[in-house]
Amino acid sequence: MTAGEPVLEVRDLHVTFGDVRAVRGVSYAVRPGEVLGIVGESGSGKSVTSAAVMGLLPPSATVTGSVRLRGQELIGAPEKRLTALRGKTISMVFQDPLSALTPVYRVGDQIAEAVRIHQKVTKEQAMVRAVELLDLVGIPNPGQRALGFPHEFSGGMRQRAVIAMAIANDPDVIICDEPTTALDVTIQAQVLEVLKTAQRETGAAIVMITHDLGVVAGFADRVLVMYAGRPVEVGAVDDIYYRMRMPYTVGLLGSIPRVDRGGRQPLVPIEGAPPSPAALPPGCPFEPRCPMAVEECSVAEPALLEVGPGHEAACIRWADVGVRPPGRHAAQAAAAVRGGRGAQEVVLRVDGLVKQYPLMKGSLFKRRVGTVHAVAGISFDIRQGETLGLVGESGCGKTTTLMEILELVKPQDGRIVVLGQDTARLAAGDRMAIRRDMQVVFQDPLASLDPRMTVHDILAEPLRTHRRGDTGSRVRELLRLVGLDESHAARYPQDFSGGQRQRIGIARALALEPKLVVLDEPVSALDVSIQAGVINLLDALKSRLGLSYLFVAHDLAVVRYIADRVAVMYLGRIAEIGQVDTVYDGPMHPYTQALLSAIPLPDPERERTRRRILLDGDLPSPADPPSGCRFRTRCPKFRTLAANERSRCVESEPEVRALAQDHGVACHYAEKLEVVQNHEESHP
Amino acid sequence: MAGFLARRLLNYLVLVAVASSLAYMLAAGALDPRSNYADRTPKPPPAVVDAQLTALNLNDKTPLIQRYATWAAGVLHGDFGRTVTGTSVNEDLARRAGVTFRLVLLGLICGSLVGVLVGAYAAVKQYGLFDRLSTGMSFLVLAIPVVVLATMLILVGTWLNENVFGAKVFLVSGEYSDGLDTGFWGGVLDRLQHLILPTVSLSLGLIATFSRYQRNMMLDVLGADFIRTAVAKGLSRRRALTRHALRTALIPVVTYFAFTFGTLLTGATFTEKIFGWHGLGEQLINSIFTNDVNTVAAIAFLAAIAVLAASLAADMLHAALDPRVRTA
Ligand code: SF4
Ligand code: SF4
Repeated sequence: MTAGEPVLEVRDLHVTFGDVRAVRGVSYAVRPGEVLGIVGESGSGKSVTSAAVMGLLPPSATVTGSVRLRGQELIGAPEKRLTALRGKTISMVFQDPLSALTPVYRVGDQIAEAVRIHQKVTKEQAMVRAVELLDLVGIPNPGQRALGFPHEFSGGMRQRAVIAMAIANDPDVIICDEPTTALDVTIQAQVLEVLKTAQRETGAAIVMITHDLGVVAGFADRVLVMYAGRPVEVGAVDDIYYRMRMPYTVGLLGSIPRVDRGGRQPLVPIEGAPPSPAALPPGCPFEPRCPMAVEECSVAEPALLEVGPGHEAACIRWADVGVRPPGRHAAQAAAAVRGGRGAQEVVLRVDGLVKQYPLMKGSLFKRRVGTVHAVAGISFDIRQGETLGLVGESGCGKTTTLMEILELVKPQDGRIVVLGQDTARLAAGDRMAIRRDMQVVFQDPLASLDPRMTVHDILAEPLRTHRRGDTGSRVRELLRLVGLDESHAARYPQDFSGGQRQRIGIARALALEPKLVVLDEPVSALDVSIQAGVINLLDALKSRLGLSYLFVAHDLAVVRYIADRVAVMYLGRIAEIGQVDTVYDGPMHPYTQALLSAIPLPDPERERTRRRILLDGDLPSPADPPSGCRFRTRCPKFRTLAANERSRCVESEPEVRALAQDHGVACHYAEKLEVVQNHEESHP
Repeated sequence: MAGFLARRLLNYLVLVAVASSLAYMLAAGALDPRSNYADRTPKPPPAVVDAQLTALNLNDKTPLIQRYATWAAGVLHGDFGRTVTGTSVNEDLARRAGVTFRLVLLGLICGSLVGVLVGAYAAVKQYGLFDRLSTGMSFLVLAIPVVVLATMLILVGTWLNENVFGAKVFLVSGEYSDGLDTGFWGGVLDRLQHLILPTVSLSLGLIATFSRYQRNMMLDVLGADFIRTAVAKGLSRRRALTRHALRTALIPVVTYFAFTFGTLLTGATFTEKIFGWHGLGEQLINSIFTNDVNTVAAIAFLAAIAVLAASLAADMLHAALDPRVRTA
């Protein structure tokens, strides 16, 4: 698999911006056809490394070391030579497909341009090649789509076009920088599949940069883990996932929520935050967060040591690193009360909720040209002490639902009952009281906190508005509650790391002792190692304070950890709803099945053997949903049905019907399918 | 695409009609042509004055709405009525419009083109000498009133004529020299010589604003991911900048183009005055003093039409540059 000379060899690469050492000695080599995964959290220097290899860093960066591409040195090479190599021998796929294409040129022309830069072909030949490439990356109707402009392509389609551009000249190396991070899971699965095809076609080596240990598990041959600008562990993919020798790798794997792990076990977060590259600790950069740190660790930075064949780790205690030691920061497992619904009081009930937006056109004289059915009749309820996870991909209507609930007014159709009060019949005073009892935590902790207010003021503000006495002691209590130091009260939000800021956001939501907390993607902006701590905190708070959560998220793995029940949304409707383990272990709606099967597991062996249900195409426009079952245009089950069975899907829209105790599915032909085996069952 | 432009045109025509009607009402309501006859000696009898005013459709004893109807009917037939002295507004303004639009159009084209280029180059060499210099100059130009700037240009021009060229290269007064007999090409040259300084004085302000604007747009685009993509696929930095960055950064500037046009017309009034051009701006001021309602209304109408044309041009440029507009 990995024979031959390395095509790309990076040795002792350093990148500094002014005094900030962003990359401090990275070395790796990739052979033809090999996939190297580079994994790290934000600020680990992984993206800077790849930009340095491509020579795409701004002039303010100083790069030293050696990058050899097919034996040719790139560092210090004249721009002209680099230009000749870029796009031909080495090419790149970027993170954000939405902005990676020039908006004013046709997609086909942009691909053809890549061809024409490096090959002596006519315009027509280049265009023919561009269409071939679009076909190769799975764009339906490539001849016609080539004439389209980027804004007419969805995110997944654009990323395919970018991949087409990257393989246009049969490169030897393709660097992919977080190629799927901006995409929804089902689209991510499609794009990863396209990357595999691209690699098969070109025989190129791939360097895959990601923060997601799941994405590389099934794709990479070897993995390099970066921390604070340096590789801390390198090895074959199985070594990294099953025989890791570096506490950071252990910590990372321990902190990822996995869809395949049921039961309520707390995650093991890594304490603290990654060090800032401008202020590194003297010894091992991981020392302040390492559960295994000893005194010698802070003396000198450990070098990468050979710990096995083709396996290196930068830890002086590598020999003692077992498989997942019990982290000293593990939260106390909260024995969740599961089952026994019904007895509890209902805190939120949504009944047949509908929200439509008019679709307008024109500037001076606006005309209505259609209706966006953002939410098309959904029902669910949340009981006291319960967490409902509302999940779905972008455009499914989960955020609209949340906004409708927060508005506390009469919905266009249907009913919203919050804490026993129907929002259609609320007086101003009642609304104020509900606002106190229902709080919200938003995704972006920094945007939702006023930068000019100290933490104390932020937390005291709701207390004052609702006239609660003795703010000082309450603020201290709140800070303790969310695991922050009382002394933090005098600081400003920007002095905190992302995870700490989110804790402040949570503390503010809890200030008035609400009964119901609405969480809008509360952890999706955070790095995995930090995310775990916030999830644990939310879970602990819930059982301690008897809260109920409405948890809106796109990440099904996170939801499995925190939620008691889950509702999966697709195009404004609920596809499946029920108790978390029931839904995850035996999803019955074809969409839930595809969604769960698309989530990569941080487990190479299972990734290799697992069955993946790939969905075709993109989400239909919510302004023009398909008749009958909204999922039928992409439904894998639909395709296996006989014609007479199909007509039911086309003609009548399935309602959510209960198929088991607390398990409702909106599909005429629902049946159980196990797509994620439970981790504990097969992996002792 | 055609539908989009047609809809736009319709919108603009409605706006022009509303704007010029308002201008007429305002002029007819505020100006008092009757007073022109008050200090004539011998004082004409009131009946004669009334008859005269009625003939010119300026009689304030006729209801405003009726005068407006007469005026509007005339305009629809392409007739803007008579001036206070009884001559045709059309003839007078046709010549003057040529003068003003020649100046404004040239100034606009030079100003926006040079401005865009200066701004784009300054952005590419951000914080370089050129960037600093152009930034400083822009602010200086924007801070100086047009009147002062034009006067300074005249001084510099005459100084250059005397000390550098030793001949009259820049001509600073009027649109052409009277009684010149040098054939057709000589005439053209003469007009050009007259045109240079006024155009420069009009362009400078535009260059300053456009370059600032373009620089900001360009800086936004330079950091964009698609420039990185273009470089990653093997384009040299220069080609990536000209083919991908400049083109995209032009889009918002084009919209700005239409807005500038209106202010430019006012700016031209000063320039005309200082360089002794007999254009619309000059006439507007004169006609306000002579209570010439029809001329004021006609100039307002022309200005509205000019802004319409500029907006339409901007729309077409915008659509040509940005595919997102075309499909919308
Ligand atoms: S060297 Fe010490 S601090 Fe660093 S990872 Fe190993 S045990 Fe932890
Ligand atoms: S109702 Fe039909 S189309 Fe819809 S999910 Fe079920 S099988 Fe698929």
